[in-house]
Amino acid sequence: MKDVVVVGAGPAGCSVAKGLADEGYDVVVYEKRQEIGAPKRCGEGLSLSAMDELDLDIPDYCRMQSMNGALVFSPNGDYVRIHSNETVGWIIERKMFDKWMAERAANAGAKVRAKSDVVDLLPDNRGVVVEVEGETKRVESRMVIAADGVESLIARKGGVRGSSQMHLVDSGYQYEMVNLDLKDKHKLELYFGDDVAPRGYVWVFPKGENKANVGIGISGDADKNAKHYLDKFIDSNDRFERASVVEVNSGLIPVGGFLDDMTAENLLAVGDAANQVNPIHGGGIREGIKAGVIASDVVTEALEKGDTTSENLQKYNKRWWKERGKDLKNVESLREVLEDLDDEDLNYLSRKLDGDDLMKFTQGKRLSKLGRLLLKRPKMIKSARKLM
Amino acid sequence: MTWEIERKKCLRCGGCVAVCPVDALVLTENGIEIDERRCISCGNCEKLCPVGSITVGGNR
Repeated sequence: MKDVVVVGAGPAGCSVAKGLADEGYDVVVYEKRQEIGAPKRCGEGLSLSAMDELDLDIPDYCRMQSMNGALVFSPNGDYVRIHSNETVGWIIERKMFDKWMAERAANAGAKVRAKSDVVDLLPDNRGVVVEVEGETKRVESRMVIAADGVESLIARKGGVRGSSQMHLVDSGYQYEMVNLDLKDKHKLELYFGDDVAPRGYVWVFPKGENKANVGIGISGDADKNAKHYLDKFIDSNDRFERASVVEVNSGLIPVGGFLDDMTAENLLAVGDAANQVNPIHGGGIREGIKAGVIASDVVTEALEKGDTTSENLQKYNKRWWKERGKDLKNVESLREVLEDLDDEDLNYLSRKLDGDDLMKFTQGKRLSKLGRLLLKRPKMIKSARKLM
Repeated sequence: MTWEIERKKCLRCGGCVAVCPVDALVLTENGIEIDERRCISCGNCEKLCPVGSITVGGNR
């Protein structure tokens, strides 16, 4: 019998696996895809502060391009420039990064297996049924970690169920493009506006001299699909005319609906499977890894004590809400306010705010400043109060 | 109830699986599969699909 089965070898699953393997537990990680990290469902941005906080000494071969800020475009074409004299983040290569995360877990003693599809849980979540290259096996374990991404088959089967409300998810679509002109190869470009991306934004994340992830996230209940909006954006912009598409990606992005209880008997969920994503920018790498660290602490204690009941795993919920949930909930309120803004409001705000404000907002901070500005917009008074 | 997926368009991202309120969809090696007995024709999957590959009958 294994100590722990981790379902899904993304950053969240590998983070838990490494933590538990470091403590000497017998851990196996199953990944249904034949290649860990591919195809990506991600814009691939990761901040330096996240890398520091999580103690991620990411090798150079995973780092594609350093970022020192962003250009945030409002609907009328004006933009706010966020600039730092130092590198503040990287666009990484998920194919390499995810494999590196898996390698870290493996080197710590976890067993990682690609092309192994976990199709069911054993009774009481004490293990899984897994299909490894066509052969079906039962693998018993003391606990199961559901790190199986947005579709979260195992999290759901185990009893951790997110909401299926359409306004709590974004629909995402992306091209990795080469041979295109970048405005600044060290800055993220973000484009807002009702016609550009309802409730969301279009991003151009430079991945090198003349290549980038060009993607979009829009509200799950938008009238047209994400591809429609992204193609419209690209077609209306000459700079993409010569560009080529070397990869196509799509995916769903949770933008709220954080769960009070991410545990069940002998099971807990981490990462996208538990909606642990920043509701403003849609980034989930940092959240997944951080939750994985918290989870591995709590599970280590639970295994030591021999008590992996949901009741004893409540510490995971408690710690996650204290360390991440509280801030992310603020970010969710901000997202709710922003989606009420029309193009004119956005244009107004871009005149009144600077780059530092925007950075703070994405962390759920300095929201009262935004509230004060919105109080001056008569129809936004109700929303403004939510932020004060 | 009719549920159709254009497999040539589908990118197998699993977004539709995540928004299905009754767990009727599953992402397998062969792409998205549906359990028609479960489907309630709510249309969430059709609306969410980033590439417009799904059509749910009775919902348009």
